[in-house]
Amino acid sequence: MNQSQPRLQVRDLHTRLLQASGALPLVRGVSFDLYDGQTLALVGESGSGKSLTALTLMRLLARNARWQCTGQALLRDEAGQTHDLLSISSQDMRQLRGNRVAMIFQEPMTCLNPVLPVGEQIAESVRLHRGLDRRAARAQALRALEQVEIPAASQRLDEYPHQLSGGMRQRVMIAMAMVCEPQVLIADEPTTALDVTIQAQILQLMSRLQQQTGMSMLFITHNLGVVAHHAERVAVMYAGQVVEQAGVAELFAQPAHPYTQGLLACLPGRARQLAKQTGRAVPLQDISGQAPAMHALGPGCSFAPRCRASLPVCTAESPPWRAEGSHRRLCHLGEQP
Amino acid sequence: MTPMVSVKDLAVEFGRGAQRVRAVRGVSFDIAPGEALGLVGESGSGKSTLGRALIQLISASGGSVQFEGQELMGLDPSSMRRLRRHMQMVFQDPSLNPRQRVGDMLSEVLSTHRLHMGASRAARIDELLLMVGLKPEHARRYAHEFSGGQKQRLGIARALAAEPRFIVADEPLSALDMSIQAQIVNLLIDLRQRLGLTLLFISHDLDVVQYLCERVVVLYLGRVMEIAPTEALFDAPAHPYTQALLAAAPIPDPAQPAPQVQLQGDPPSPLNPPSGCVFRSRCPHAIAACAEQVPPLVPMAQTGRLVACLRHHEWS
Repeated sequence: MNQSQPRLQVRDLHTRLLQASGALPLVRGVSFDLYDGQTLALVGESGSGKSLTALTLMRLLARNARWQCTGQALLRDEAGQTHDLLSISSQDMRQLRGNRVAMIFQEPMTCLNPVLPVGEQIAESVRLHRGLDRRAARAQALRALEQVEIPAASQRLDEYPHQLSGGMRQRVMIAMAMVCEPQVLIADEPTTALDVTIQAQILQLMSRLQQQTGMSMLFITHNLGVVAHHAERVAVMYAGQVVEQAGVAELFAQPAHPYTQGLLACLPGRARQLAKQTGRAVPLQDISGQAPAMHALGPGCSFAPRCRASLPVCTAESPPWRAEGSHRRLCHLGEQP
Repeated sequence: MTPMVSVKDLAVEFGRGAQRVRAVRGVSFDIAPGEALGLVGESGSGKSTLGRALIQLISASGGSVQFEGQELMGLDPSSMRRLRRHMQMVFQDPSLNPRQRVGDMLSEVLSTHRLHMGASRAARIDELLLMVGLKPEHARRYAHEFSGGQKQRLGIARALAAEPRFIVADEPLSALDMSIQAQIVNLLIDLRQRLGLTLLFISHDLDVVQYLCERVVVLYLGRVMEIAPTEALFDAPAHPYTQALLAAAPIPDPAQPAPQVQLQGDPPSPLNPPSGCVFRSRCPHAIAACAEQVPPLVPMAQTGRLVACLRHHEWS
């Protein structure tokens, strides 16, 4: 494995929804690198553009709308060649999707085919990408189910999604995504619909698979607890932009962007933890107001209207990137506020 | 002090025959006036069912629920309607009528309970909106003009309109973003202080329960596993299920220990729960006796703690 070069390089990704009234910018200049064996968490609240970033990379944006996507997403394959996921032909993309780059979703029930046995759905992928015959593909599907620790896997092969529990369905989704041994796995809120004890099982499973295969993972979530224990790096999104990017320990110890600081300050678990350490009650600090409407963004920082530390310049000009080592933030404030 | 709410041996069943689900079984606890009691458990544990049965939104099949000393089971509908004003519910999704102005919605609640029937009506509606952090001019708007957090504020205003003493809040934060959740938590804390409300807070989010509640009831498959003061429960969970639940929850701080998987597999179907202790099929400490008898909820040495486990004395 070549650690020095990123497996996937995303540069200045923009996704605009084309409407009669004009182009609505929903993802606005997102850049990040994914390395082998590493997990990058993409965190943010609803509407911040996390899922849209993933769907843009997978070229799975809804076809009943018109989109304009610019930027680059360079995937390096085993031979060292790079493919730009945004500009290759649909045919080439079909060869990569579900093969070198796979994705799992929050709600497996809406992504699995309800009228096909789960074994068939996993086997389809290896038939398509590996050219295996039915029998070999079925054997591969069985192995995939065993790999995701589904009990009595050989019986489960012929069961339908509705016969499985939520946790089992998510395991089937992971089996489907992993069966071709992808280099990049994009996981969009994979445990959000699950109970906490099942979430712990699924996250443990994903970590084990990542260690075994060395794949890199883009983990989309709003749960900062999951981020803290399952990611190496974190990118925080707000209103379609990454506003801060850092190693996980750094981000939690010294959040640099006012939005990240706000997010951490409004976690009750963290407030309790701090109260315990300092012996004083720590009130929950909420972030006042709400996320901006994407069709009415001003020229300045999109977080400025909610920011406790905002300056006149924040509403007038778009903020610059400031970096200390690999810890970067998109903010006007020179000193850490 | 007499409890505000007293539940004894409550049971709720749905369906019959082979399809009978015993959603809540043998649940007993008290809620003191002014207390915030957390009710935690995973999906299917019966926490929402229990919350609704408490205020008679669904009818229980056995046991007793007393509100300020008055028995609610078997109460005639008109007496229940008079009492209901004092116990209100806040839902996960406030389900506001899309064709009704917010002011009219609140006015309807006031009319139902014959409150502020005269000239004070408009001022009361303004007051309710201000109380939940909205503005009087919002009264003229429709539900779709509000964000998710504001809708939940309206859901709370609707509950407060009846001037309740007891509120059941069923996952009021689950549909909201983190920064908005904190706003609503702070609002609930503020309202409790100002109005002296008693709260049953139903949630799967242990962090919020830990922050907001004084005492916690842990449910699993319709039965109470443990009841304890919040501090004691989170410091030293007594029941193996509570231990596993707390160990699995990730703490949002990478310096803290990573979550642990102590439970394998899925919870059993509520259609066919295990005999004896309902948790025994996943419990790492289960012994033969656990299948024989339902462990009673017994007091522990620490005051105010109750646990339903045959082996609790071995690790408490």
